Amino acid sequence: MQIFKKTPSFDFMAKRKIALAFSALLIIASISSLVMKGLSFGLDFTGGTLIEVAYPQSADLNKIRNRLTTAGFGDAVVQNFGSSKDVLVRLAPREHTSSQSLGDKILSALKEDDSDVVMRRQEFVGPQVGDELRDDGGLAMLIALAFILVYVMARFEYRFALGSIAALIHDVIITMGVFSFFQFDFDLTVLAAVLAVIGYSLNDTIVVFDRIRENFRLMRKQEPGAIVNASLNQTLSRTMMTSITTLIVVLAMFFLGGELIHGFAIALIIGILVGTYSSIYVASSMVITLKITAESMMPVKKEGEEQEDQYKEGEYVD
Amino acid sequence: MLNQYPSWKYVLLLIVIVFGSIYALPNIYGSDPAIQISATRNNIVDSEVESKALEVLKNGNINLRRSVLDDSGLLLRFDGVEQQLKAADGLRDALGDNYTVALNLAPATPSWLRSMNALPMYLGLDLRGGLHFLMEVDTELVLRQAMESNANDIRGALRKKKIRYLSVRDNKEQVTVKLRSVELRDKAMSAVRSELNDLQLNDYEEAGAYYFSAKLKKTALVTLKKSALQQNVTTLRNRVNELGVAEPVIQQQGDNRIVIQLPGIQDSARAKRILSATATLEFRLVDVNVSPQDAIEGRVPPTARLYRDREGQPVVLKKRLIITGDRITNASSGFDSESSSPMVSITLDGAGARIMAQTTKKNLKKPMAVVFIEHKESSKIVNGKRERVTRKVEEVINVATIQGVFSKRFQITGLDDGNEARNLALLLRAGALAAPIRIIEERTIGPSLGADNIAQGLNSVVIGMICVLFFMLFWYRGFGLVANVALVVNLILIVAVLSMLQATLTLPGIAGIVLTVGMAVDANVLIFERIREEIAIGNTPQASIHAGYDKALSTIMDANITTLIAAVVLYIFGTGPIKGFAITLSIGIVTSMFTAIMGTRAVINLSVGGKKIKKLSI
Repeated sequence: MQIFKKTPSFDFMAKRKIALAFSALLIIASISSLVMKGLSFGLDFTGGTLIEVAYPQSADLNKIRNRLTTAGFGDAVVQNFGSSKDVLVRLAPREHTSSQSLGDKILSALKEDDSDVVMRRQEFVGPQVGDELRDDGGLAMLIALAFILVYVMARFEYRFALGSIAALIHDVIITMGVFSFFQFDFDLTVLAAVLAVIGYSLNDTIVVFDRIRENFRLMRKQEPGAIVNASLNQTLSRTMMTSITTLIVVLAMFFLGGELIHGFAIALIIGILVGTYSSIYVASSMVITLKITAESMMPVKKEGEEQEDQYKEGEYVD
Repeated sequence: MLNQYPSWKYVLLLIVIVFGSIYALPNIYGSDPAIQISATRNNIVDSEVESKALEVLKNGNINLRRSVLDDSGLLLRFDGVEQQLKAADGLRDALGDNYTVALNLAPATPSWLRSMNALPMYLGLDLRGGLHFLMEVDTELVLRQAMESNANDIRGALRKKKIRYLSVRDNKEQVTVKLRSVELRDKAMSAVRSELNDLQLNDYEEAGAYYFSAKLKKTALVTLKKSALQQNVTTLRNRVNELGVAEPVIQQQGDNRIVIQLPGIQDSARAKRILSATATLEFRLVDVNVSPQDAIEGRVPPTARLYRDREGQPVVLKKRLIITGDRITNASSGFDSESSSPMVSITLDGAGARIMAQTTKKNLKKPMAVVFIEHKESSKIVNGKRERVTRKVEEVINVATIQGVFSKRFQITGLDDGNEARNLALLLRAGALAAPIRIIEERTIGPSLGADNIAQGLNSVVIGMICVLFFMLFWYRGFGLVANVALVVNLILIVAVLSMLQATLTLPGIAGIVLTVGMAVDANVLIFERIREEIAIGNTPQASIHAGYDKALSTIMDANITTLIAAVVLYIFGTGPIKGFAITLSIGIVTSMFTAIMGTRAVINLSVGGKKIKKLSI
């Protein structure tokens, strides 16, 4: 079975202006959502108390809210978690000294109404820890990007490095934008997923770049636009295959992995879709925009070697 | 001849697969809910304890799977978590203070595997249930106490040299000494320098008076903080052992933090109380020459101090300490046979016993007090901002007349209830914390959620994997089958490496494995697509295979190394669950390169390599 009987010949680069506009639109939308709505940070980053409980039958959320209000937790957020029997109660960080035992107090308040309620999970994160986790997470992302930039620069060339980083930033911003727009909980596992998206999207981009580099050496007479197009077409069925297999497992995770891993799976689904698109349109078109030439693609010449294949700079004019 | 591997490569692959399979095997057997009974100080777990435990189980109608008695104690395995919990309650009541009863997940690994050190993966708290704490050590208080004792030492040094000073004051940063003249100051400074070499001295003048300040040297400051943290780690470890936890994790993190993980523990309230308690005892003589009334009015001689007992009544005690809780080697709780009030019986170490014997001999028929010291946390508003303050609370819990000479063993009473006696005994056994600690992060995972997480995680790995296997087979036919073999071997290798490293498997870790399964086929897709291209341009099957592998190699390397970079950064900067994800992702990348490149090539070389074939099943 093959997706394309022959190597396809889509003219990807012809539509790159449209794609560029589309990407720009997505990024602007994402950034404005991030600025205006912000991310709905999970407990890991905001600090506070969370308790997940399970009832033997469907839980009456209003009754729970009333009970908590009388117990002095009027600000508690009560919601179902995964099923109607599971309930999640969240409290913002409090200035009280006994903030660690809030979870225990909530549990005993809930037990007054229904003694069969079972504690599933209880978390307390101090506000200071929340801030640190957020800072460390952001730092990890920046450092990962920096290391990748250096590696791609060493293996390829600065234009490729810039292209791949542009694609990564594109993917990260859009993934986070979607989380902001729909106000999905953004917690530590989602952050891990975003970093996995960086790895995945880069994987895709590198494969395409590898082909572009190879083709620059093989198809010297062609203009860069055509070479990039050919490379994208040659790697297209691989790009699709890998995206499909990865999507299969991530979907399995989304449907079967349980509520705790939901955010993680969503981030990966978005990331895989955007990452596949960006390795074609953002990374590759960036390389052309930066005016890549065949010369910059050649292996470094040893001294005294004949300079027979000289290429003029700026052969390809956009 | 194209596509032939030297035999050593086949042998290497075979060894890796056999080795990997053996070390992955323990995971199939799973774990039994179990109870570990171990002895506290001076006790042993013997067959007598075993028969007692078995009787408890029999009376409670609890079905036991197996019981094993060895050097580390008694291990009881059960059929289910419910039975395990029920048994633990019964056993705790029956065995009392001298034994700890800890919940455990005991691997059901057969002995031939255990003899090879093959163990199942170490499950994180989110998969097995338990308590996670991140604690911060209040080093401020340590500094304040250090400066307090430095101030005392400076006073002592000056008195010894008979240098008269106007005042010695301390705060948490420095001690300030005020003197009458420059000469006195010079003398004082050299006296302090010769006695206390951890201090950095600075002289200055202010409003006609002569001062010098003493600060801790930087190196001394670092050692002080470090040793306070170290001592806290040790104490917490003792306390955790007393709580009865199998496989606890107690680790220092950064400058002033400690991570504690207690698998299997459900009673977070008690665990928190015990772990963060700073209670200790001091023994002091009552100063009978000063009336409490005088003391309230402020007439306390420098050798005495005013205390309050639990009812708030004043008691004047001598400043000189007899002994502190550090000298206690064992403590157990119980009820006094005469008054039936709760009591703690105490055993002192050699030096403590000697001091106690001397003191009681000299002070027969005089009263002695036991002071209970605790650090309590409260918050107050400082400059409009709420700040946490730890306050030292000292209460006299008991004043008793010394009836006879005693040394090593004695009892104290005056405690509120049996529970307090039990907790105090535990704290005295475990030792005091050098500095108060504060819980800044806490996660409790119930056992049912842990079990659900494992089941759901396993489900998504299996279903996701089966889908990918079908997809690959459908798409690449024969070669797809080869890739599938590699994928299965890859999964076995990941599990084997995780088991061998005993790295913690978390829920995000499982997500990492799922993701690796999806991405691992990428290498094969790259190779197979290349082979198809080569065939399409008219190369022979054998040459196509050769060229396909050859050309795809550098791409695979580049793609995987960059992902590995992301995973390693994630590992370095991530905490807890994120680390688990980074570990499985990194291991998966490395093993998948091995199986997808070398593994598939070996199978292909074996089946079609060197043969004359017209068409490839790809």
